[in-house]
Amino acid sequence: MANSFTRIMSGRNTAVILASIGAGTLASGYVLSDNTAAVAAAERTRLYPPSADFPDLRKHNNCMAAALTPTIYGRLRDKTTPNNWTLDQCIQTGVDNPGHPFIKTVGMVAGDEESYEVFAELFDPVIKDRHNGYDPRTMKHPTDLDASKITSGMFDERYVLSTRVRTGRSIRGLSLPPACSRSERREVERVVVTALAGLKGDLSGRYYSLGEMSDREQKLLIDEHFLFDKPVSPLLTAAGMARDWPDARGIWHNNEKNFLIWINEEDHTRIISMEKGGNMKRVFERFCRGLKQVEHLIQERGWEFMWNERLGYILTCPSNLGTGLRAGVHIRLPILSRDPRFKKILDNLRLQKRGTGGVDTAATGDTVDISNLDRLGKSEVELVQLVTDGVNYLIECEKRLERGQDIKIPSPISPFRK
Amino acid sequence: MPFGNTHNNFKLNYKVEEEYPDLSKHNNHMAKVLTKELYGKLRDKQTPNGFTLDDVIQTGVDNPGHPFIMTVGCVAGDEESYEVFKDLLDPIISDRHNGYKATDKHKTDLNFENLKGGDDLDPAYVLSSRVRTGRSIKGFTLPPHSSRGERRGIEKLSVEALTSLDGEFKGKYYPLKSMTDAEQEQLINDHFLFDKPVSPLLTCAGMARDWPDGRGIWHNDSKTFLVWVNEEDHLRVISMQQGGNMREVFRRFCVGLQKIEEIFKKHNHGFMWNEHLGYILTCPSNLGTGLRGGVHVKLPKLSTHPKFDEILTRLRLQKRGTGGVDTASVGGVFDISNADRLGSSEVAQVQLVVDGVKLMVEMEKKLEKGEAIDSMIPAQK
Repeated sequence: MANSFTRIMSGRNTAVILASIGAGTLASGYVLSDNTAAVAAAERTRLYPPSADFPDLRKHNNCMAAALTPTIYGRLRDKTTPNNWTLDQCIQTGVDNPGHPFIKTVGMVAGDEESYEVFAELFDPVIKDRHNGYDPRTMKHPTDLDASKITSGMFDERYVLSTRVRTGRSIRGLSLPPACSRSERREVERVVVTALAGLKGDLSGRYYSLGEMSDREQKLLIDEHFLFDKPVSPLLTAAGMARDWPDARGIWHNNEKNFLIWINEEDHTRIISMEKGGNMKRVFERFCRGLKQVEHLIQERGWEFMWNERLGYILTCPSNLGTGLRAGVHIRLPILSRDPRFKKILDNLRLQKRGTGGVDTAATGDTVDISNLDRLGKSEVELVQLVTDGVNYLIECEKRLERGQDIKIPSPISPFRK
Repeated sequence: MPFGNTHNNFKLNYKVEEEYPDLSKHNNHMAKVLTKELYGKLRDKQTPNGFTLDDVIQTGVDNPGHPFIMTVGCVAGDEESYEVFKDLLDPIISDRHNGYKATDKHKTDLNFENLKGGDDLDPAYVLSSRVRTGRSIKGFTLPPHSSRGERRGIEKLSVEALTSLDGEFKGKYYPLKSMTDAEQEQLINDHFLFDKPVSPLLTCAGMARDWPDGRGIWHNDSKTFLVWVNEEDHLRVISMQQGGNMREVFRRFCVGLQKIEEIFKKHNHGFMWNEHLGYILTCPSNLGTGLRGGVHVKLPKLSTHPKFDEILTRLRLQKRGTGGVDTASVGGVFDISNADRLGSSEVAQVQLVVDGVKLMVEMEKKLEKGEAIDSMIPAQK
């Protein structure tokens, strides 16, 4: 904890925090509560060994429940990250949400960057399970945000209605949404909004704080499908991500309304580049350019994104590690989507379909949301190229079926680069 | 380690104004009392079990409340919360419980023989009678804070105590997580089954964690005495029956409670109680007796009388719909119960219900005959 603060302090012109808190106040408060709390904690450990607290996961179907054994729990229960985040807090959402026989959720979240390290004994097998066997102990994740490498990135707009790329970024040194205090969350908002104010040209825009939005602004943002609401999914609320709503939450978008950032929803930031039509290349180019500029702007003030070469970009949910990237289209495939081979084609192309309302929604009419399945183990460029090639293939199939021609199921793509 | 903001000390690195919640749109007791200064004074404290100020207030921060309904907006995580955070909780308790002072003493009276009458409420109007309260078991943290191990410990101890009861109290325990479909169906039909809390007032306070682990329902064979384990409190104890014999309901309530308490005391885990706050429960609104004694009563004419609400206030009673708190009345049938919890005894509160309901039934009968009831309207109790 001390180290991360020193790092922040040295890089930043001190507009806020630390200095004004008298060291004496801090120390005495700490000591007073520390002593009695420490005694009680020791007594509690004696009365309640890890076996007394081990959750009943017999009816559960999520990655955490599949990986957590009494032995692992025993070893990790009394550990804390430098910010005092615990294993029980990581897994609470998975304990409270047993899951669905058909859908395997992750079942745990990180409270801070160090969670992935301190609780690696549980996170690693969960990451392996969720990300096709990716082993954080031995493998490296590639990062590549060079949009110029994308080929054939312009789709037939008779089929592709809209194109979108999203990811998330976390600010190093601040706790993640399940764990963050109000001041940390407000700090995230300050850091990001200050940086975004520095964007120029086609990226310049403005910020709308959720708590201070006018009714008219709110209506406009809803109509444009930009507004995010207080999470109702128990997967998120049980992880503590809706605390203090709507404090320090907001939406930023550029004037052209094709580059959008959510602040303090499920991650510190969610970055979205989107537009009507099928120009994936342009969407991804703006995505990469915007990301790089935001990163540069926060670095100027001594901040950086959470990233390491084992796990790529660090986000709240292990399912979003690596690139955190979901690149996709809303596409009309009236014939192909009814073809019994559709699912297999998608599987082999490593694509996923969702309804046009996003995750956990059904398709309306013939329009489906198609995006990459994978997040970790391949770079951004590789994933976007994969989606590009895949969508082009699906359009080709649809056209062939229109003409009464047969289609082929493509050979399966490997989840990792060789 | 029990659930909660274990990383409280880390937050102390930030200034008070950085951490102080935005309560500008809030309407609950906590928001009225918690100034920035008070927040600054209490934020570095924790109970010996590690429950912190932010833990106490989280539910009130997350639930701004309603312009017309004043919720409490805070919970206790253990017995010591009421002591460590007294600078916040005492004014809230005073506000909620009619000006109850930090120096006041609460009287406990569970001697059912002190109740006068109560066995003659007209069953043509009074459909059912019920008395409930809560109890917390010393030595354990409360539902917002308890770990799975503790919750299971509470369940084990409670089941041991309850299954040792005999006579009119002989009964059976149904753990929520291993209930059969048939058992579940029966308990729903009996209106006994409680479900995973959906109210954000409860879920934001962490009370639904690990559901349904450690939760269950016990009831006696005649289905007149019922105990909920690990819902919003360690124990919720309910005595009920059809008809208007509140006296009998209260007798069974008192006798059953005392029997249960004896058994817990033998295990060195008596109930949480002190002479200032009476019985200690999770929500400050339930301190004192924690008692809600009430009836389902048919008052179709009286309930539409312009002075109905005033009459209730003067009688120190409260109306609810027949689905319980936050529901509407159906067919002129109301749930009428005592409004007070702290500052008067169990006997006194049930007496108010008995006397008040008797009076209101008389008024209803008068209104049926087309007569006025103005002379019957009572003075403020």
